[in-house]
Amino acid sequence: MTDATANSPALPDRKHSGSLMEHTARTRRRNNAEKRFRAYGLAAIGIGLAALIVLLVSILSQGLPAFSQTFVTMKVYLDPAKLDKSGTRDIEQIKKVSTFGYAPLIRAAMQETMTANGIDPEKFGLSEKAAEEMISKEGAAQLRNFVIAHPDQIGQTVEFKFLADSRIDGYFKGRVSMASAKLDSNVSPAQLQLADALKKAGVLKVGFNWGFITNPDASENRPEAAGIGVAIIGSLYMMIIVLCLALPIGVAASIYLEEFAPQNWFTDLIEVNISNLAAVPSIVFGILGLAIFINWAGLPQSAPIVGGLVLTLMTLPTIIISTRASLKSVPPSIRDAALGVGASKMQSVFHHVLPLAMPGILTGTIIGLAQALGETAPLMLIGMVAFVREFPAAPPEGFFDPASALPVQVYNWTQRADPAFTERASGAIIVLLIFLLSMNFLAIILRRRFERRW
Amino acid sequence: MDTKEIKFECRDCQVYYGDKHAIKDVSVDIEDKTVTAFIGPSGCGKSTFLRCLNRMNDTIDAARVMGGFLLDGEDIYDRRVDPVQLRAKVGMVFQRPNPFPKSIYDNVAYGPKIHGLAKNKAELDEIVERSLRRGAIWDEVKDRLDSPGTGLSGGQQQRLCIARAVATEPEVLLMDEPCSALDPIATAQVEELIDELRANYSVVIVTHSMQQAARVSQKTAFFHLGNLVEFGETGEIFTNPKDPRTESYITGRIG
Amino acid sequence: MPVLWIVLAVLGLGLIGYFVGRSRALGSAGGDIRQLHSLPSYYGWNAFMFTVVPSLIVLALWLLFAPTLIENRIAATLPQATLEQSGSTSLLMSEVRRAADALDLAVQQGTMDDAFSRNLRAEFTDVTGRLKATGSIITQDVTQPVLRAAQQYRVMSSTSNLIMSVLVVVLAVVGLIYALLRTNRDFRARNTVEIGIKSILILASSIAILTTLGIVLSMLFETANFFDQYPWQSFFFGTKWAPDFRGNSALGMLPLLWGTLYISTVALLVAVPIGLFAAIYLSEYAGPRLRAVAKPMIEILAGIPTIVYGLFALITVGPFLRDAIASPLGLGNNTNSVMTAGLVMGVMLIPFVSSLSDDIINAVPQSMRDGSFGLGATQSETIRQVVLPAALPGVVGAILLAASRAIGETMIVVMGAGAAAAQMDQGLGAIINPFQAMTTVTVKIVSQLTGDTDFASPETLVAFALGLTLFVITLGLNVLALIIVRKYREQYE
Repeated sequence: MTDATANSPALPDRKHSGSLMEHTARTRRRNNAEKRFRAYGLAAIGIGLAALIVLLVSILSQGLPAFSQTFVTMKVYLDPAKLDKSGTRDIEQIKKVSTFGYAPLIRAAMQETMTANGIDPEKFGLSEKAAEEMISKEGAAQLRNFVIAHPDQIGQTVEFKFLADSRIDGYFKGRVSMASAKLDSNVSPAQLQLADALKKAGVLKVGFNWGFITNPDASENRPEAAGIGVAIIGSLYMMIIVLCLALPIGVAASIYLEEFAPQNWFTDLIEVNISNLAAVPSIVFGILGLAIFINWAGLPQSAPIVGGLVLTLMTLPTIIISTRASLKSVPPSIRDAALGVGASKMQSVFHHVLPLAMPGILTGTIIGLAQALGETAPLMLIGMVAFVREFPAAPPEGFFDPASALPVQVYNWTQRADPAFTERASGAIIVLLIFLLSMNFLAIILRRRFERRW
Repeated sequence: MDTKEIKFECRDCQVYYGDKHAIKDVSVDIEDKTVTAFIGPSGCGKSTFLRCLNRMNDTIDAARVMGGFLLDGEDIYDRRVDPVQLRAKVGMVFQRPNPFPKSIYDNVAYGPKIHGLAKNKAELDEIVERSLRRGAIWDEVKDRLDSPGTGLSGGQQQRLCIARAVATEPEVLLMDEPCSALDPIATAQVEELIDELRANYSVVIVTHSMQQAARVSQKTAFFHLGNLVEFGETGEIFTNPKDPRTESYITGRIG
Repeated sequence: MPVLWIVLAVLGLGLIGYFVGRSRALGSAGGDIRQLHSLPSYYGWNAFMFTVVPSLIVLALWLLFAPTLIENRIAATLPQATLEQSGSTSLLMSEVRRAADALDLAVQQGTMDDAFSRNLRAEFTDVTGRLKATGSIITQDVTQPVLRAAQQYRVMSSTSNLIMSVLVVVLAVVGLIYALLRTNRDFRARNTVEIGIKSILILASSIAILTTLGIVLSMLFETANFFDQYPWQSFFFGTKWAPDFRGNSALGMLPLLWGTLYISTVALLVAVPIGLFAAIYLSEYAGPRLRAVAKPMIEILAGIPTIVYGLFALITVGPFLRDAIASPLGLGNNTNSVMTAGLVMGVMLIPFVSSLSDDIINAVPQSMRDGSFGLGATQSETIRQVVLPAALPGVVGAILLAASRAIGETMIVVMGAGAAAAQMDQGLGAIINPFQAMTTVTVKIVSQLTGDTDFASPETLVAFALGLTLFVITLGLNVLALIIVRKYREQYE
């Protein structure tokens, strides 16, 4: 202890003897470095926020047009000579007329409508067929379904609201222009001029596209008819399965690990597995689903049941981790109180701890469900990329019917050539984001409303 | 006692934490080459006041400081003063030893490096050795300067932190209960060190222990509920307190 | 008897058990609850448990194993010649199953009576035609051996079904009686029921282990099959990826691995600095108001599904990079590129890095910052020279976790990186241009396993080997990261 006085030389000149009011060059330099550092931090946050905004604006601007749609309203004469040659109104006979048989009715109706509104088809130099093609190919199917449902209407003139062809639709949304139409084999500038004329006459109108939300997918060449109905149902079914399986299993597992599990290798093994599963790439779960549920257990491909099972396994770690956190936040005094009045350990957990932890558990579950709802990669491996037009039946049989899922439907549409599908894909993303937003909002409300501070 | 040059002149100082008035109208003169002790029951504001002297309260958002703090006649809360430069002049040692997770050498070299006190490696080596000697820990660590500072014992860590504070060549050394986390042997070593440091620095020490204040300090200030109750020669305060509150405290009736 | 009916019957018995057990317990105590060891409902649940659980376990096991056993026995009876003709036992057996199903259908529809379906012979009747008439999918002509096997299959299945139904119901009844006999006022019903509940809890926890086991086993078996058909050296060290479903594929993993690592590196180069700086600013500098706005905003990025990022890469970032940088500089004309996928993936990882780093930076004790400020360090000096070195292990752990995320990410690379494997034999220039399309391990898993797949060909099976490789790499990174982060946490606790 003596070395301090013994060995220390006399103090050197004090280095800070200058006034505090004057900054040394070094201080100025250091303060500039400080400012730069701060600027980097701000820039990083700025970049993050800018990325979020660009992302959302890009998706919104691409996707919002999907929610409006161009319709053409026309009176169609349901010609008995074409639809019911036998004249018997026999439904079997009527069904034999394919959609090709209905096309001429639309063609005629189109000409009729134009003359009725004082539009001279000759002026545009369009053939009858070219004018007809402005109506979606879905129109003929729509007519046929109507006639089969109402055979007594044959011979009458009925008003229909047809979808316009996707190019015409795109023209009113700015996706197709006169210039691009010149290069496009599917649409001509003359058709667009006619569309303008029809719009002026009030035959052609742009309205909200309910069909986008309720319709099933449509084939490659009629994007105007494609909707996300089946995908929404498929996603809904899977979420039901995930909720019914993951919530009870997750809660049961968490209760065991948090309240009952002894400190031994088995518990450690479970813990390690859970934390690892939380970080395993989602595609690996897809491989698991394909190998175990489809190839080994023989469950059907593209079915919500398989998707639901795979997503359950994926969501479990999330739910377990959040459930354990909320069980942990219930103070031990509550358990002691219950045990103190003679309840068994099991009763103290189920009667007191679990109800108190419930808001936290539900919040975690909703966040887990939201994650599962947006998951795509594993669903692709279990066959959900397939083209599905039929709505699945009501549960429980419907769980085994082929279906699509919202994110997979998005992927599906991006793989198609027609740019109209890109618009649909972005539209579907908006719907998906709205679902996610409302789920997260619900979770936040739950947390705010029921959160306790001990 | 001869009168010494006054290092710190504090006039009508107020500190607010949010709505709480933590320091009320405190005026005190701190002399150079003297150990000044701040004593008082916990929550009396002595640590808060200490932290005003090198503007450590700046890092707490809710704290507001008013009044005059003159270091060598210059107001340290003047807008032109850079707290970084101030803190190089007014070093600080904390309650719990807080070595950085670096080697012993880097712990001590940290201050000189950021303030640019050494022109080259040799000079830096010299500063580190001198500081460690002044921190009375050189003999214990000279063979393991590269091992982490966190591996030392509590008393060694605190002396390392003192060496670290000394390395920036401060003029005032603030010590916030430097021995409260140490055992009696380590405490004795640190106290001895404080006595030696008095030769070169103005030392201000906050302490819980009246015996410690009596042992190491020449001047003592007694704080109570944010007020400076009494300030004077240590011997005077302990043997002949003027204020009844001081008397109650040093006789153990309030605390 | 259909399975659903058996289950309902067992549950019905269980319900009877519940009510009888309850009232028996009450009866034994003379209607005075205080005389009972447990609450009456526990006696009810005890009876329910003993009725339902053993019988349903047997049912599940039977359903799981009986079909395999039956099929093995049928397969053993099939003549060798037929087996050789169809190529593989599994193909033949699925044919047998289809024929058996079709026979069932025919009997159900009334086009055949039961006796006729049993004695039907392919030589004399147009079996194929008649079975097709039921609406079943019969792809090949039903030959006599197949028909015989199908008939046998039906007999054995129905016998097995019958035994199962009887066994399950009998077991339920036995369990019910056993539980009721034990029910008296001193019986510790609550403890028994709690043991039952605890077993359920343990079972639920073991699902995590079963999942991991399922992942590993399913991939291990198929990977072994793959290496039977394709040498492992060529897979792990092959520098060419050119699958060809007609055979003669080159299935080297290295080009895919290169693509994965390249894109992940770009992503980390974006995410780590931005995420780290954002975390530093938010935890050390930002005022409460900025933090309240910016932190949740950045976390929104974490909640956005990867498909959205994929679409963003495909329709916005890809075309922008091509038109603004790649084309003018003559670096390529692809919207799909390493850069596109890497940038977008980097954005995705920003909140991941920032929230992990935020936790870690906050775990560094304030006393350390005070020590540095007390020496006159500026805030940035404190952060760079004290806080970050102290937080370094934790930050490294966070970066490893982010890397594992990047390597396993699928949708962004499927939609943003393209399907062309890096051409490693074309020289360095061909593989380091960041504006060319480059595929990854995950993209190839998707492309080899979607669409028409044949689980006997190496071109499909390679996906499992790729999956296993991916699993092992990410597992390694995760475990390493977890160990580092845990060590770090302990240091400051």
